[in-house]
Amino acid sequence: MYQYDEFDHAHVRQRTEQFRGQVARRLSGELSEDEFRPLRLMNGVYLQLHAYMLRVAIPYGTLSAVQMRKLAHIARVYDKGYGHFTTRQNIQYNWPKLEELPDILGELAEVEMHAIQTSGNCIRNVTADQYAGAAADEIEDPRIWAEIIRQWSSLHPEFSFLPRKFKIAITGSPTDRAAVKVHDIGLRMHLNAAGDPGFEVLVGGGLGRTPMIAKTCRAWVSKHDLLAYLEAILRVYNLHGRRDNKYKARIKILVHELGIDEFRREVDEEFEHLRDGALVLPVEEVARIEKHFAPHPFETLPVKSDVLLSYRSVNFDFARWYAVNTFPHKADGYRIVNISLKPEGGVPGDATADQMDAIADIADRYSFSEICVAHEQNLVLAHVKQDDLFTLWQKLVELELATPNIRQITDIISCPGLDFCTLANARSIPVAQRISQRFSDLKRQWNVGDITLNISGCINACGHHHVGNIGILGVDRKGEEYYQITLGGRADENAQVGKIIGPAFPYDDVVDAIETVVETYLDARTEGETFLETYDRVGQEPFKEKLYATA
Amino acid sequence: MTLQAITANRLGDGLSVFLAEDGSWSTDFAQSRVVEDGEAASLEDAGEAAVAANHIVGPYLIDVEAVEGGYRATKYRERIRIDGPSRETRPGDHKHGDHKPGANRAA
Ligand code: SF4
Repeated sequence: MYQYDEFDHAHVRQRTEQFRGQVARRLSGELSEDEFRPLRLMNGVYLQLHAYMLRVAIPYGTLSAVQMRKLAHIARVYDKGYGHFTTRQNIQYNWPKLEELPDILGELAEVEMHAIQTSGNCIRNVTADQYAGAAADEIEDPRIWAEIIRQWSSLHPEFSFLPRKFKIAITGSPTDRAAVKVHDIGLRMHLNAAGDPGFEVLVGGGLGRTPMIAKTCRAWVSKHDLLAYLEAILRVYNLHGRRDNKYKARIKILVHELGIDEFRREVDEEFEHLRDGALVLPVEEVARIEKHFAPHPFETLPVKSDVLLSYRSVNFDFARWYAVNTFPHKADGYRIVNISLKPEGGVPGDATADQMDAIADIADRYSFSEICVAHEQNLVLAHVKQDDLFTLWQKLVELELATPNIRQITDIISCPGLDFCTLANARSIPVAQRISQRFSDLKRQWNVGDITLNISGCINACGHHHVGNIGILGVDRKGEEYYQITLGGRADENAQVGKIIGPAFPYDDVVDAIETVVETYLDARTEGETFLETYDRVGQEPFKEKLYATA
Repeated sequence: MTLQAITANRLGDGLSVFLAEDGSWSTDFAQSRVVEDGEAASLEDAGEAAVAANHIVGPYLIDVEAVEGGYRATKYRERIRIDGPSRETRPGDHKHGDHKPGANRAA
């Protein structure tokens, strides 16, 4: 894992002390709320419906066990005993006191964490594949480049006041688990014809009011050129991005209005100036960062574990959990474990302080002290020996963290919605909870199979509803909560925005509507077809008919 | 006739508060001062004064209606603000402890 150098340490300490002074001046009245707001936002502090909210950055979603314990400690001491992991691979606390926020940031700084770049019109915390460094299909660990981008973008003077916020996602695998196509810039590592690893650079993706799938700006950019190429994109955006209209300020609108060809032409022009200049990192610097992400000292193990096989054959629950929640690892004898934060009726992404502590202990014992946050609001222990899986599973069961539902219908992505968020039109979490209860029968879930269901409480789409196979969007109809359903969205390498199926449903009917959608799929599917495959084959009609037949 | 109350967040801890009958800002909506909308200016004045005194942030009026035993906010958004997050805690949950059901005004 990356460890702070002197610069990082000094910077974070300095920012914490600066914020301490700002908070003191706010509390004494020297600063008005209007003056203070931008300062607190720069430190990840929002004012929400019930209280302040602190968003802590987890760069590319990777945490050490020590950091996880600190997050637990903060939840316990300064908050109400839990935290909420978000689709940005961050953690949010819902109840911090302004008076205590400087202390919280001080505690975070002790473990090399902070809340910088979690708000404002800057380059936000870079997100990455949650299986980074572990996935069997990975070319290289994308976090090396995520970290390099973090260092380049942190406090970049030219890019501190962009037209709008800017989000970059990166994957080192051909399979996209990081939803790179719905980010301002998406980076997908692949090999060129000569067999060299580089990045496909996608640009102009995004959700929100105007969802768009990113377009390829350049099919392959070498690692050597990456920062110069990114800087070229940012420059073109910074120059032409619409600062006059908040709704048109994201890069996706610029790319759309200019057209990808003209946009690319301007980027290329800029790139020619920047190329081979100051933005080429010295080889030693890349090597220094690479060292932080060097593969763990995996043992040499057989491909298949006999211990694992025997437990799988005698314990059905374990076998199902193994099949649904674990994933192939690049090292023989290891497995990637997903920790579901979606228990039946639970709040998607919430973890209690006790759970966080326990996960840290488990990570220490079984997974090289490393934990990753998935953008689907689950946690990942990426490097578990197959021999250890059964014991680990038993521990997770005790902690209520072993729900075998990864990529099943109850593995719901949900934004905080109106239960916490001032911008919300409608609640998200209780809808997720009710759907989770409706489909609580695991056999039924497994029968439905691979599916994604995402919920947002307003058009800002923090819950990625546009790219859920089933998407739910909360809207306000004359002061009542209504929910619009979209079908056919996906966030992978074939990303696609879902289509609205028809008129919205009131709060009390939305769970029934989702069940109808699922039943319609089950009736229509042919052997082995996933929800998406069936939907792509039969189209919207059968779903419409069933949903609105009696209406 | 519309009835109104006024809410804000407390500066120091951020919690939602309501101007109470006794002029204090209380986290308990049940204590709220409720006026007819013609008199809302008095609530706003109190809000401005509390902002100036560094006690609260972002005061705004909310519509309320009389119900049996007291008042409740007209809009569900404000009801959630009053009651706390509406999500259910599940059995065996390590209790979030931030939901205050039935905090709407009693007699
Ligand atoms: S989607 Fe809307 S309601 Fe949900 S967290 Fe984002 S801004 Fe809030």
